[in-house]
Amino acid sequence: MASNFFNSRSGPKTSVKHTVDPALQPWVEKYRPKTIDDVSAQDHTVAVLRKTLTSTNLPHMLFYGPPGTGKTSTILALARQLFGPDNFKNRVLELNASDERGIAIVREKIKGFARQTPRAQAVASDGKTYPCPPYKIIILDEADSMTQDAQGALRRIMETYARITRFCLVCNYVTRIIEPLASRCSKFRFTPLNPESAASRLTYIAQQEHIDVNKPVIDALINVSNGDLRRAITYLQSASRLSSTSVPPTPILPSDIQEIAGVVPDKIVNDLARTLGIDIDDDMDMDSSMPPKFNFSAIQKKVKGIIREGYSATQVLSQLHDLVVLHPILNSKQKSACALVFAEADKALCDGSDEELWILEIALRVHKAVSS
Amino acid sequence: MSLWVDQYRPKSLDGLHYHRGLSQRLKSLAASGDFPHLLFYGPSGAGKKTRIACTLREIFGPGVEKLKIDQRVFLSPSRRKLEINLVQSNYHIEITPSEAGNYDRVVIQEILKEIAQTQQVDLNAKQRFKVVVINEADSLSRDAQAALRRTMEKYMSNMRIILCANSTSRLIAPIKSRCLLMRVAAPDSEEMTSVLLHVAKKENLNMPEEAIEKIVEDSSGNLRKALLVMEALKMQSPNLTGSLSIAKPDWETYCHKVADLIVGEQSPARVMEVRTKFYELLSHCIPPTVILKTVAERVVERVDESLKADIMHWAAFYETRMRIGNKKIFHLEAWAVKVMSLYKHFFFDIDMSSFD
Repeated sequence: MASNFFNSRSGPKTSVKHTVDPALQPWVEKYRPKTIDDVSAQDHTVAVLRKTLTSTNLPHMLFYGPPGTGKTSTILALARQLFGPDNFKNRVLELNASDERGIAIVREKIKGFARQTPRAQAVASDGKTYPCPPYKIIILDEADSMTQDAQGALRRIMETYARITRFCLVCNYVTRIIEPLASRCSKFRFTPLNPESAASRLTYIAQQEHIDVNKPVIDALINVSNGDLRRAITYLQSASRLSSTSVPPTPILPSDIQEIAGVVPDKIVNDLARTLGIDIDDDMDMDSSMPPKFNFSAIQKKVKGIIREGYSATQVLSQLHDLVVLHPILNSKQKSACALVFAEADKALCDGSDEELWILEIALRVHKAVSS
Repeated sequence: MSLWVDQYRPKSLDGLHYHRGLSQRLKSLAASGDFPHLLFYGPSGAGKKTRIACTLREIFGPGVEKLKIDQRVFLSPSRRKLEINLVQSNYHIEITPSEAGNYDRVVIQEILKEIAQTQQVDLNAKQRFKVVVINEADSLSRDAQAALRRTMEKYMSNMRIILCANSTSRLIAPIKSRCLLMRVAAPDSEEMTSVLLHVAKKENLNMPEEAIEKIVEDSSGNLRKALLVMEALKMQSPNLTGSLSIAKPDWETYCHKVADLIVGEQSPARVMEVRTKFYELLSHCIPPTVILKTVAERVVERVDESLKADIMHWAAFYETRMRIGNKKIFHLEAWAVKVMSLYKHFFFDIDMSSFD
């Protein structure tokens, strides 16, 4: 009886696949590019990779660039086009930072996969022909979080099995990849998306999801996401969720996007800047009677107000930074002094210092720098 | 009999007194089947927990209020035992992973996996997913946050996460971008006044205007504190007549005393005195950051305008040192000495800039 039980299990796999209702799927996954031609911007990289599709020869690759620029999407799309859905499972190994990637894993799992001779090509069930070249691909996502030792262990593996395995390292900071690994790969740099291609992609998704977004909303999305398409799409989804669930459904407003992104409203930042003695040109009638002299308690009050509103210190810092750096009147010396303050404050906040004290510190020192 | 804070805590989203727009949003989110991960952030006493509880009730009905407290034991990788308290109902589970200190990653992984892999068995449940509430999310270690990343996407079908934090600064960007951010700002003075009046009315209490005004001012946006103070006042004088003095907590008066000492005299002997006071405060488990902030604010009130910026600068400086360093008293003391030296030099008019 027992054998019967085991037999029935080892029979044809009838495991229920873990499927997600497409309506609940994150749009980031839903609208991942299916082919490398769908990849937004990154023309240079795409052009090079398209050649490999025809020649079926691929070097080891190192993709680097800021988050949300399509690194993972590109390699996944390429692998899909090379192998097709049926071979994808046994030809591609994808590991990212949430998987354990210590040196032990490199030695066992990666090496084990790398040394397998690729299996024969399965017949494509969807009738298309795929190049299906005779090698496997190992994708190491977020490779910059791998330890030095683990990277060191990869060196030899990459060379030994180069005939049957290609590696693709994906990372944000190319400097964290040890030199011997980097020199074994051909490097592709991914640039932050330009606003036009981000806008066209966002509009396309909005059309597919039948939601009504106008130009200011797209602009706001691009603005808060700084060339990170993934963030822009996530915010768009959150916003549409909010607007569609409220009764009656309301259109998405740029201010909603700002709220979702946790951005401090411009009015508050400008207000703070004005207290610090930085001139702000906006349509508001400026209070020219405000004395430029040092006013500690006013600054302290403003800072307390910001903390009470619950805005995050890093957000205030980065927005104040943008404001100061792009300011038309301040001179270079003042700006440099401010930059120094921002750098120190950022480090302190990363170390987990008290937010109120440090916003106050930033405020006081910026004030000092600006009024000198 | 429970405290007023608990007794009059709103139970439903409609019962919340302020931030109506936010409550409306939460309500419509709860009604739709498409409930995202949420991240509540804002200063303490602004009503984050209350809002979370109300949202849960809105989603699952009154069943969520049947809570039980559980203690679970986890094994750390080095085989040490970690004991964690869990508060759970049939529909949700509430954890404070920072209790586990450095091993919070283990707790997060174990609990989330366990919940994610079990499906809701109650057929009458309104939703198919369970909710995990993570308190003090901003004190989660980087590892724990990284562990959350993938889980949040993978197990979306039978689990939702609600994070509760004081600030988003210490959360890594991938987590923030996966959640819908809910900012809960502290109530302004009018909103606080209305809540206090509401509670006073329920208690059949006749609060004088000025007393309420004073409480609101004193609690600086912390509604919990305000309610506690009000209850304490009532205990002091049941009919609320005569002069009302809002009793400051002991540690606060003590901190003020330290500040007065620093401003009063600057000498090695005084440093010793201050030092013993700092020790006293620390041994009563007052967080060093709170001590430093309270003392600094008090000192700043009492010194010349031109010194204020410097004093706050050094407060910020030594606060960071305190975080990185190990022994808190050193940095508190260093700050006190620094302030004394600044103060003294200010009087003798010596330019200190070359010593920095």
